[in-house]
Amino acid sequence: MNIDGVTTGIVLDHIQAGKSMEIYEYLGLDKLQSCVAVIQNVRSAKYGKKDIIKIDELIDLNLDVLGYFDPNITVNYIKDGKLLEKKHLALPDRLTDVLHCKNPRCITSCEQEIPHVFELVDREKKIYRCIYCDTQVRV
Amino acid sequence: MQRDQIRNLISILDLSVDEINGLIDVANDIDQHPERYQEACRHKQLATLFFEPSTRTRLSFESAMLSLGGSVLGFSSANSSSAAKGESVSDTVRTVGNYADIIAMRHPKEGAPMIASQHTVVPIINAGDGGHFHPTQTLTDLLTISRKKGRLSDMTIGLCGDLKFGRTVHSLIEATLRYPNIRYILISPEELRVPEYMIDELKEAGADFEEVTDLEAAMPQLDILYMTRIQKERFFNEEDYLRLKDTYILTPDKLKNAKSDLSILHPLPRVNEISVKVDEDPRACYFYQTLCGKQIRMALILFLLGIHPEEQA
Repeated sequence: MNIDGVTTGIVLDHIQAGKSMEIYEYLGLDKLQSCVAVIQNVRSAKYGKKDIIKIDELIDLNLDVLGYFDPNITVNYIKDGKLLEKKHLALPDRLTDVLHCKNPRCITSCEQEIPHVFELVDREKKIYRCIYCDTQVRV
Repeated sequence: MQRDQIRNLISILDLSVDEINGLIDVANDIDQHPERYQEACRHKQLATLFFEPSTRTRLSFESAMLSLGGSVLGFSSANSSSAAKGESVSDTVRTVGNYADIIAMRHPKEGAPMIASQHTVVPIINAGDGGHFHPTQTLTDLLTISRKKGRLSDMTIGLCGDLKFGRTVHSLIEATLRYPNIRYILISPEELRVPEYMIDELKEAGADFEEVTDLEAAMPQLDILYMTRIQKERFFNEEDYLRLKDTYILTPDKLKNAKSDLSILHPLPRVNEISVKVDEDPRACYFYQTLCGKQIRMALILFLLGIHPEEQA
């Protein structure tokens, strides 16, 4: 299967197989005018299978959100056919309005305008904690 | 004053151990020399914003401020404030911050006082947020324990009852974890065990603790017995409440094997978890706690307002 390389744009590599559509939707890539390729189940020496997203445009990406979805993603910024920058992601220390607190006693459950903020408390176990009520979420 | 220069009390961990010990010293001085403090907060106003009912906490705050020569304003239920019209916590405190020098807030939703602290430049005191924290009750408990035992270290504390939703339990554990050689016996029904994040905190701190269901078996080991009420208002399902509410009832009979210098604490109100027959036992400290509650809140108000009358004495 042939898909053109990106001349100027972004390549999201090493996405966990099966997660690319979720990321595509969350990043709102369907709203872009430029060419976007979602490639699933690509053979990978490291992971067995992986997904790749190619975006034919340099756009602002929320790397915190991407890191939350999949901390193993590599973000490659390409300009004029050359690799401008390669970023390795990690679980972000703080997430705003990505996770939603499910504790019915949390203040966020009744006041809609309050941002849902979670802080990473255990990177190894991937546990976040709501800053308001301390409810923990394993991602 | 800038918001980041304001001291609030949202969680007991907002205070260092030295600051807690300092508050205990001031509360003891207030006990000995109340006259030194009677004008300390003249022309200062405390707002008590209670979105949920309370007797002791609200009245002790108001009594504390009045005994410091200040004045009080506020409301005692959400229905008598604009919260009933749907006003947000942030809008309420933005308004009240223009009327008062310090705010004590109780709210049924967890995190409400934290939100409040982000929207005003007057100090916010968390007077209880849902099943989350109740730091001024913890200060009360620490003052009571310190007066009864002469120390805040080297003891076995039994916490009994609703350890899941019992906010006073969570705050007391977090506070005492910072003192050396405290052992915890966590006595509760399976359904009301302490939340996972508290267990994690106990493990991280390397604390000596065990979770049990039998109060009488644990009794002989205890230096402090901290009883709690099974709180009807924390249950979404009344059946669960009815099934669990009478799990632990402390009677003189159950105290037979207790140490002679045991101190029995309870944040109050009680329903039936401590028999009134225990009230006459010299080990019962729960009404003495209410006096400690007023004096430590006096010390806290002075601290958060930056007033130091004891230095002028």
